[in-house]
Amino acid sequence: MKIITATLLTFILSFIAGIYIEFWWSFVIISFLVGLFIHQKPFKAFLSGFLGLFLLWGVLSFWIDWKNNSILSTKIATLLPLSGSPILLIIVTAFVGGLLSGTSALNGSLLRKSNKD
Amino acid sequence: MKILSFLLTSIVTIGLTYFLNNSWGKIPALGKFLSPQHGVWQNAEPVDQDFSENIKLSDLQGKANVYFDDRLVPHIFAADDRDANFVQGYIHAKFRLWQMEFQTHAAAGRVSEIIGEKGVEFDRGKRRLGMVFAAENLLNELESNSITKINLDQYTAGVNYYIASLTKAQLPLEYKLLGYQPEKWTNLKTALFMKQMADVLSGFVEDLPMTAAKGFFNDEQLKLLFPQVPDSLLAIVLNGTPFSKPGITPIPPTSIDSLYLNPKSTSQPVDVNLPHPANGSNNWAVAGSKTKSGAPILANDPHLELSLPSIWYEMQITTSTMNAYGVSFPGVPGIIIGFNDSIAFGFTNSQRDVKDFYEIKFKEDKREQYWFNNEWKDATLRIEKINIKGKQSFLDTVSYTVFGPVMYDARFPADSANVKNLAVRWAAHDPSNEFLMWYELNRAKNYDDYYKAIQHFTCPAQNMIFASKKGDIAIWQQGRLPALWERQGIYVMPGWDSTYMWQGYIPQEENPHSVNPERGYVSSANQRPVDKTYPYFIPGNYDLYRGNLINKILDTMQNITPENMMQLHNENYNLFAATALPLLLKNTDESKLNESEKQFLTIVKAWNFKNNYDEIGPTVFKIWFDSLEALVWNDEFSKANSKKFRPGEKTLIEALLKDSSFSFVDNINTERIENLQELVTDALQKSTTKLQELEKEEKLPWSKFQNTTVYHLLKTILPFARAGLQVGGGQHIINATQHSHGPSWKMIVHLTSETEAYGVYPGGQSGNPGSKFYDSFVNQWTAGLYYKLWFMHEKDITSSEIKWTISFDKI
Repeated sequence: MKIITATLLTFILSFIAGIYIEFWWSFVIISFLVGLFIHQKPFKAFLSGFLGLFLLWGVLSFWIDWKNNSILSTKIATLLPLSGSPILLIIVTAFVGGLLSGTSALNGSLLRKSNKD
Repeated sequence: MKILSFLLTSIVTIGLTYFLNNSWGKIPALGKFLSPQHGVWQNAEPVDQDFSENIKLSDLQGKANVYFDDRLVPHIFAADDRDANFVQGYIHAKFRLWQMEFQTHAAAGRVSEIIGEKGVEFDRGKRRLGMVFAAENLLNELESNSITKINLDQYTAGVNYYIASLTKAQLPLEYKLLGYQPEKWTNLKTALFMKQMADVLSGFVEDLPMTAAKGFFNDEQLKLLFPQVPDSLLAIVLNGTPFSKPGITPIPPTSIDSLYLNPKSTSQPVDVNLPHPANGSNNWAVAGSKTKSGAPILANDPHLELSLPSIWYEMQITTSTMNAYGVSFPGVPGIIIGFNDSIAFGFTNSQRDVKDFYEIKFKEDKREQYWFNNEWKDATLRIEKINIKGKQSFLDTVSYTVFGPVMYDARFPADSANVKNLAVRWAAHDPSNEFLMWYELNRAKNYDDYYKAIQHFTCPAQNMIFASKKGDIAIWQQGRLPALWERQGIYVMPGWDSTYMWQGYIPQEENPHSVNPERGYVSSANQRPVDKTYPYFIPGNYDLYRGNLINKILDTMQNITPENMMQLHNENYNLFAATALPLLLKNTDESKLNESEKQFLTIVKAWNFKNNYDEIGPTVFKIWFDSLEALVWNDEFSKANSKKFRPGEKTLIEALLKDSSFSFVDNINTERIENLQELVTDALQKSTTKLQELEKEEKLPWSKFQNTTVYHLLKTILPFARAGLQVGGGQHIINATQHSHGPSWKMIVHLTSETEAYGVYPGGQSGNPGSKFYDSFVNQWTAGLYYKLWFMHEKDITSSEIKWTISFDKI
């Protein structure tokens, strides 16, 4: 159950931080704190951090893309290059957010473990 | 052990954050860039975006409203002119901020700040041309006039109000891609934009390649190869119109033969950055006597480099002193081409040469003193600091002389093998207040107002067309134009003798013009404005065939409607080809042709001279003629060390029509004397190889060959461009659409009591590649269609045409 709580917390708190904080990596701090305070094994901590942001960035970019009729994502996905595929761009977006968030959550959980020792 | 793994993941987390926060070569900062709440996704504008907002601020005099129609064209209503300028600045910035800043950075020679070291040579060229110097001179003038000063101050305040309201997430996409941020707008930036237009429209420099060509040809030959008046010219002022005695007669220097015309040049031609040779335009106005309604119709289509975002932004501005609709330049207050309740106005470029070069003799390498009228004269030194992204700044010292800046010298040579110090005398450096013209033109009610307004305009000289609801039509070639002695400014002139300087200007009333002419129309298409009886020497980079065809067609037209004018804008008839092709066909020796050569000959024979998008004839003709040109000129011009510089197509064809044994036809590298038939046939044979390649690539149809493309201002970002548009037209054609160049705004105004106007440009109102309004007009433009322009009045504020409203309230 903890993995769901941690994922949801990461998702919600990162979203709120993203609204109020001007720099894009505010979620790194959120994921770290969630990893620190919700006791999980390192792998699970990573997974919930990853999933929290993967879902957040995935859902947000999917929603934006849907409202935009993929006008911009098609162009950016041609530029990057992701063969002009909006879905690929959404997946890459989600993965980039997830990877960094997971790493940070793992970092938080390891800090807790090293303190216990 | 656990501490170690914690430290390790800390390093990984921080490292990954750092990696994703920075760009690496061509890869943008992926985290920053892809973050849905901060990055590029934020620029993906919902297709049902609500543009309405309410803004409260203290900087206003009163209330202002901006009503947007379904094409996102803003209609600004403000009682006070100052507020209208503030709001225009705000709206320009809201939809076109990145473009405004990028274009003025380029004008000021500041692109290195954005793109790094590869921009340095470009920046130095702009600085050394004196672009900032020119803009400062303009700024002084417009800030010393109370009207232009206050309007521009308010415009700038409006732009900056918008910039201050932006969060990082809201920054235009290009800032995120290139990784920088907007700076504050200034009045100088607006002046820089105007000077950029002056550079585009009066910056062509043939003086250097002409001088280099003198290493092989003599002046008499160059007169023949670059003639002043084409035989078939139909000028802007009806041929045969008498001119009054000139008010000024410039005196040629006594040393003209020994110092200027005769010396053989030793310099090599340079690859200077030339503005596009097809920068030009069409405009015409027909009087009520020729229209179905009895009211005048005015048409204008300026031909410029096509870009996304477009150079134009469509809008209407209504205040207690004006009600004007048309297109504006993002970065500049007012309506640039358009109409108001009483008149319509438009422009084509005059193509007059107002930029000359002088060779300077410096006392020593520091270039602080130069020889002038038998003494050493102090130069003013201007130090240009070019900031470079990721590198140390570059300092460049430019010497200013009585003529202007020494653009080329040992530090920045035009020809590194033979360094010369070349100062540029350019009319765009002279103080003037062009803004006052637009201020008055936007408010003009009749011919007298128009005539008074255009007096403020000095450079780049324009063919200013006019029509009024009172029934007047007029065209003036307006600008402050030097009175030159015969051959002055064709070559680089001696810079140590004041008798080679410009001696004065053609009196204003002697500028070419036509007011309510008997033939019932006025028109211009960048041709020479007058026939050879005009009492001044007026070199320039003139076109011919577009203007000739417009005149021929307008001569025959009666009962004209706006639809007829649209057809004329979209006319694809190639008068140049119709003049040249019969001569080519007459001189083709068919007995020497093989089957595939004959096949292309058959295609071009059957062609109707229309450069329609699906025709193959224009492709065959173009390649054939280019190939003939190369055969005629390359032998001589390679001896003159010139790679690109050649006589015009009109010159070659007029010469061959007069005399098929034109001496340049002979290949001087062979013993025998070639004739025209050999060259024409050889050219077709050579073309066939290229045509067969095109056939394999399926690029024979004209639009596939031209591949008309509207590029993003950063030409390399191809996904932001609209490529391969299915559109006809071309060089020498009224529909002047070429590869990346053409009609940048097409406008037709019917001056009936209720104004009826049409317009379209190949772009969209939003500069954001993530908006559906980014390129929303491109298809309509490609199809040759127009939008009916909604000239909104105060009574229309409840109209269902209004989709969004931005209101500005004073607090």
